[in-house]
Amino acid sequence: MAAIFQGVGAAAALSSSPSNSFGSKKFVSSPCRPFSVRKGASFAVVRSDGRVNLNPKGRRAQQLISNAVATKSDSAAASSSSKPGHELLLFEALQEGLEEEMERDLRVCVMGEDVGHYGGSYKVTKGLAKKFGDLRVLDTPIAENSFSGMGIGAAMTGLRPVVEGMNMGFLLLAFNQISNNGGMLHYTSGGQFTIPIVIRGPGGVGRQLGAEHSQRLESYFQSIPGIQMVACSTPYNAKGLMKAAIRSENPVILFEHVLLYNLKERIPDEDYICNLEEAEMVRPGEHVTILTYSRMRYHVMQAAKTLVNKGYDPEVIDIRSLKPFDLYTIGNSVKKTHRVLIVEECMRTGGIGASLIAAITENFNDYLDAPIMCLSSQDVPTPYAGTLEEVTVVQPAQIVTAVEQLCQ
Amino acid sequence: MSLSHHHLNTNILPTLSATIPTPFPLVFSAPIVSFLSFIFYSPLSLPSSPPIFSPFPSSLPTRKKMATAFSPSKFAAQPFPLNTTSQNNPLTIPTTASPFLGSTRKLIRLSSSSNLNIRRRSGTVVAVSDVVKENKSKSTLNLLITKEEGLELYEDMVLGRAFEDMCAQMYYRGKMFGFVHLYNGQEAISTGFIKLLKQQDSVVSTYRDHVHALSKGVSARAVMSELFGKTTGCCRGQGGSMHMFSREHNVLGGFAFIGEGIPVATGAAFTSKYKREVLKEADCDHVTLAFFGDGTCNNGQFFECLNMAALWKLPIVFVVENNLWAIGMSHLRATSDPQIYKKGPAFGMPGVHVNGMDVLKVREVAKEAIGRARRGEGPTLVECETYRFRGHSLADPDELRDPAEKAHYAARDPITALKKYLIENSLASEADLKAIDKKIDEVVEEAVEFADESPVPPRSQLLENVFADPKGFGIGPDGQYRCEDPKFTEGTAQV
Repeated sequence: MAAIFQGVGAAAALSSSPSNSFGSKKFVSSPCRPFSVRKGASFAVVRSDGRVNLNPKGRRAQQLISNAVATKSDSAAASSSSKPGHELLLFEALQEGLEEEMERDLRVCVMGEDVGHYGGSYKVTKGLAKKFGDLRVLDTPIAENSFSGMGIGAAMTGLRPVVEGMNMGFLLLAFNQISNNGGMLHYTSGGQFTIPIVIRGPGGVGRQLGAEHSQRLESYFQSIPGIQMVACSTPYNAKGLMKAAIRSENPVILFEHVLLYNLKERIPDEDYICNLEEAEMVRPGEHVTILTYSRMRYHVMQAAKTLVNKGYDPEVIDIRSLKPFDLYTIGNSVKKTHRVLIVEECMRTGGIGASLIAAITENFNDYLDAPIMCLSSQDVPTPYAGTLEEVTVVQPAQIVTAVEQLCQ
Repeated sequence: MSLSHHHLNTNILPTLSATIPTPFPLVFSAPIVSFLSFIFYSPLSLPSSPPIFSPFPSSLPTRKKMATAFSPSKFAAQPFPLNTTSQNNPLTIPTTASPFLGSTRKLIRLSSSSNLNIRRRSGTVVAVSDVVKENKSKSTLNLLITKEEGLELYEDMVLGRAFEDMCAQMYYRGKMFGFVHLYNGQEAISTGFIKLLKQQDSVVSTYRDHVHALSKGVSARAVMSELFGKTTGCCRGQGGSMHMFSREHNVLGGFAFIGEGIPVATGAAFTSKYKREVLKEADCDHVTLAFFGDGTCNNGQFFECLNMAALWKLPIVFVVENNLWAIGMSHLRATSDPQIYKKGPAFGMPGVHVNGMDVLKVREVAKEAIGRARRGEGPTLVECETYRFRGHSLADPDELRDPAEKAHYAARDPITALKKYLIENSLASEADLKAIDKKIDEVVEEAVEFADESPVPPRSQLLENVFADPKGFGIGPDGQYRCEDPKFTEGTAQV
């Protein structure tokens, strides 16, 4: 499936041709806000060798990203009308999910900076303000703590707000409200008030965005009692998780990734949700369980190709639910393969991987043949320089090495 | 509390007058103009400035002597002459005996505001004592309240006072623990505002929330049980003193961190507007009141919410209970411009200052502010000058406040003042009021008994309200949701 990169859009930049390691390519796209892609619009496709190709339609055979889930027959150049479902990009899937929920329930509203007239800094809310009005898609002033708290107050009194952090990192300013009020009010009120809020936004390491725009807040939020955290990674699960989060009575934090917004996939036409507490089996296997989420899924899948060529059979699970962990899917996999590798983008210290190691060790220690390995980002503020930034996150080559080590 | 020292700086006056947003009088309907006219701090109508006292001794050499002679607490305790006879003479020093006034200082600020008050709105917002003087010769038609209302107000304030006194007793007897913040002295604000609300209106408070909950209608039993940590408490014992919630009475908390509740209140007001405009519930005019203190007014959440509320004209009233002290931090030591009500116009909403020890005055201001919100005209910032008779919490030794300041405010006890008003205006007799006192004593005693006899929460309650949808605890290794684990209901499941 071709990934469409926009000339000035945030790059998806996930994989190149299988035999090359990921980090060696230079990407042309710059990490600014993407404008939306509509059918027929002209846009640039950045090829894996860095050349920019301005006519993508004749270039479908150039696979710039392999989508490890859902549609397998992505190499067919046949027209899309013959297959069921419809193709769209991940940010469009999020938008579709949001729009459908807003149509379905009038109480669903969106609040955030530039979500209304601007359409969202990553275009997830594009067109919604025109359709639903300025009150349902509320452009807030730059006051994260207060508008998150406002969302919580609105949720307590009957609405179902979706609060967008323009970048997940900005939600650090809203930590007070998210932790004390979002997570705890249901409990401290003795169950009297529910807080069906969804807090979402893009996070993760992007393309030289600098330290503060490259934060992974899942590790900071994971200790807050009373919230659920999910991370989407494909258009299919993005839409599904968005809808499930909106329908949930619990406060849910939905982590998106800056580099994944332009992933393309064919998703079903009918209404569907993805269960908030379940993990996703990406690739069944026998030799080793690789647990991952969000963008690292693609690094893992790329490494998986190499591993398969080398004769390994990794089982890849996208845990999706960062809090709580789906210990059933994970446990079954551990019981089958007896070896676990966790690949995450969080920092090493106190990250999701650290919690996952603890949970697996507690529950499935007897089934392990080797200590759990965890590949995380370095405990380093993400540098601006591209070469340094590459090294702070986990690359497919490291994953391959780790699996080889684990399977000795 | 004494705010005279800042505003009359002649250097400031011209700029301030320039900053008053001129469109306002045009926006509001005529009956409200008079309300707004006194509340907008209008320097042009004030007399020329006397010597200004600055609390910062380093700024002007001549002030040094004053600065050292008066500690901040004493200075802060200069009384507003709102309750005194000097109201009609804005330029004179209040003649009530006060040890705090230096002879060279003239207190003008708030006396003149109340004077403007009187000039522009004859008779509606007056001091209790003034009404007392007037009504010796006038008919009862000029009274602010009826007998029923008066007794209701009295009862509510007495309930608040008696309840808080009982809390103190119970705390020292070891029936309740932790941080307990009592409201003694501030009852006029809670009663004055909340008794004007409907059930569907919301109240958001801080950790000093017992009396707000009581005024809104939460039963004394439920609050006392909550304080005892019993399962019959309004939050099942899970919230405690600082987290009083009631869905039925729309008390949205109860927040331990200051300023935390203000965005929540803004959200509740947003819901009200949303219901009217998006969900088309045309008669939804629910108002939200956010109560918070002087310390909170230096917090970012306060300013951010003032901005949003004014921007979207949310039906909310921001009520500042300015009791001059944030634990041991005097408001004057913490705030560059201590006149909090002035911060309202900076954001585009009216800012009102009112004597918070006078329930009738508070009630009149509250009527206007709540009426504004109900009509969709937007938020109001009301600063109530008040005082807490006890320390910040029951653990506070309260050593920093000057006993003279405390005595001064004790003399302005709102309950005593209302009692005097009711009796002198023949709205109620001593016997009526004593009967209410007795009734409230019984209510509070009964609440304690009820709380004593209530069960403590069982272990099984531990995990029950963490999530509204307990599937949020996730799927266990056995494939079942953890909440389906029988141990979950026992409270012993591993989650």
